Amino acid sequence: MSGTASRGVRPRPPRTATLALTSAAAALSLLLTACSSGSTTAAGSDGGELTLTEMDYYNTGTTMTALPQLLNSCGKQAGVTVKRQIVPDLRTKLIQLASSHAVPDLVLLDNPDLQQLAATGALADLGAAGLSTDGLYPNVVEAGRYQGKQYGVAPGVNALALYYNKKLLTQAGVEPPTTWDELKTAAKKLTDGDKRRGLGFAVPATEEGSFQFESFFLSAGADLTKLDSDQAVSALELLDGLVTSGSAPKDVLTWTQANVEEQFANGSLAMMVNGPWQLPQLKKAGMTEYGIVPMPTPTAGGTPSGALGGEVWAAGNNGAKSRKAAEVIKCMTSAKNSLTWSELTTYVPSSRQAAAKLAAGDPDMQPFVDGIAGAQGRTAKLGAKYPAYSQALWTAVQSALSGQKSPRAALGDAQRQATR
Amino acid sequence: MTLTLPDGAVHGRAGAPAGGGPGDGRRPRLRRRTLLRLGFLAPVVVYTAVFFLYPLIRNIQLSFQDFGIQSVYSGQAPYNGLGNYRKLFDDPVFLKSVTNTLVFVALSLLCQFLIGLGLAEFFRHTFPLSGLLRSLLLVPWLLPLVVAGTVFRWMLDTSNGVVNQVLLATHLVSDPVPWLNSPHTAMAGVLICNIWIGVPFNMVILYGGLQAIPAGLYEAAALDGAGRRQQFRHVTLPLLKPVIGVVLTLGLIYTLKVFDVIWVMTKGGPANATHTVTTYGYQLSFGGLSEFGVGAAAGDLLIVVAGLFAVFYLRSLRAETGGR
Repeated sequence: MSGTASRGVRPRPPRTATLALTSAAAALSLLLTACSSGSTTAAGSDGGELTLTEMDYYNTGTTMTALPQLLNSCGKQAGVTVKRQIVPDLRTKLIQLASSHAVPDLVLLDNPDLQQLAATGALADLGAAGLSTDGLYPNVVEAGRYQGKQYGVAPGVNALALYYNKKLLTQAGVEPPTTWDELKTAAKKLTDGDKRRGLGFAVPATEEGSFQFESFFLSAGADLTKLDSDQAVSALELLDGLVTSGSAPKDVLTWTQANVEEQFANGSLAMMVNGPWQLPQLKKAGMTEYGIVPMPTPTAGGTPSGALGGEVWAAGNNGAKSRKAAEVIKCMTSAKNSLTWSELTTYVPSSRQAAAKLAAGDPDMQPFVDGIAGAQGRTAKLGAKYPAYSQALWTAVQSALSGQKSPRAALGDAQRQATR
Repeated sequence: MTLTLPDGAVHGRAGAPAGGGPGDGRRPRLRRRTLLRLGFLAPVVVYTAVFFLYPLIRNIQLSFQDFGIQSVYSGQAPYNGLGNYRKLFDDPVFLKSVTNTLVFVALSLLCQFLIGLGLAEFFRHTFPLSGLLRSLLLVPWLLPLVVAGTVFRWMLDTSNGVVNQVLLATHLVSDPVPWLNSPHTAMAGVLICNIWIGVPFNMVILYGGLQAIPAGLYEAAALDGAGRRQQFRHVTLPLLKPVIGVVLTLGLIYTLKVFDVIWVMTKGGPANATHTVTTYGYQLSFGGLSEFGVGAAAGDLLIVVAGLFAVFYLRSLRAETGGR
């Protein structure tokens, strides 16, 4: 057979050698393409329609389907195609992308993260690209600024308020509280052993915990640059007293805001601190007997304040594409689209006029709209340093509420940790 | 092409006396063989270099740089010597996370191993449905860690958790235990979940080790008058030693890097009570502080510790085989 004859001239090793070499080459080229694919897609399609990449973390409910529709129509106006990507851990992803200079053209990110990202230099100045912020709440505009430049614009914003279970309050003969003293008495009266707690809030070891605590902290008149002021201590003492007396469950240390909403909906909590985005969930759970009032203040007649919540649109620093991205953002944050988006997310529109219009048609939204004017941007004074303060703050809340330290000692440590 | 030269081998043998002769014949073959070897080696080397060596070296480099949020986009980060390590050891939270890691790893390993060994010994004697039971015990191992963590978070919930409901109903406690909500019990809560996850791994490997011990040895021991306990001490344990080494080393490296369970259950809280070096390192880099240099330093320390144990294990393995 020819096989035996050819074996004498050793055709096999070379063949395997080429095979091995090609496999090595293939592995190499695969690696190279995998590494470079990010940068090649960044170049626009020649002559054809420009494609912008977009990232956000809206992965539930109507927003998941509505956001691409809004992006499509705004993209059409700007003459671009928008390719959307849902990224749950958006902040981490954006930092990774910033380090490889592959930031998406459009991002919808949580407002306290904006300044840090702007500080990296990965974002485009929207003001220079011709975006105007006329008619928006001044504090909302401020939350999108970093070192005097407008890097982000919010389509809608939110703040926290106090939800209460109408039936339970009537049964107990309790009026919705407006001051801290009333809140304490009401929470105590509404508590029924282990079966039901008077008040629920969420202070887990994350930004969510700081955000919720800040609605007490800022209402007390404390300032985020000084975490251990007397006002700050009084706010933490309030929460500490509520948990120690059993008026609020110990679980507030691990619950998220969504968990609090579930407990309120099933009647385990008589009152809760939560945002307007929980309204659709409450209705879905069949909970209709609820009322909403502004956050109670330390004394009667005080102005409630809290941290400004919500996401902002920002554009990656990607040259010519940034100008197109700014056009899309302009459309996404226009009065009309801002209202549509706010209705979908049950947020408050960032335009004062649109907000008033929304509140007039929906009494549930009134306390939240009222809350926006007094809300403070978390990064307004601290800028890119906010995350360090926030981490110190949520740690202090956890130390105090778990009984490890007194509120004053916990906040003293927090201030030292933040300014370390 | 060179491979069509049929007489290369003959040349090499016959033409030896001629000056350039031997090289002419051998070199292509030699070169071919080297190429062949290199070709097979290349994918592994490239893979290791790109996915292990580069990240490792970059991480070590990062730990000597002042790499904060301002460096992310520009890539500019000044070297600061041991600054990151010094910062780490001045940080009370990091020191706490080191103690937490020691407690977490030691107790996880001890309990996983003892329960795993007990179960393996239990299943050595077959009984009706023992196979089914044994495979059911594997479920924790198959479950995604995030799922296990979430389920345990709700089971250990202070107000609504099933664990507290049972404890209260049986009057074992008079007040609900604040499992994940008190710095005194949170570590226990996280440990319970991690031990539950790790038991099947220990059981499977130890069960395999037990199967490999010849039954004759037990018969001989029994004839010599050894009871169950003495059989275990003098037959099972010595013969199981290599397997125990594998289980404990792999378990140690695995437990050192546990992240998901703690992150899902407590996020390192309450008040840093359950932060381990792994979770705190992540917190430093990605938790908002963006201290990538310090986070990398924490990661490096973990790698060194895990590496030390790996070397220790490999050496003991070599001594074992060398002794035979």
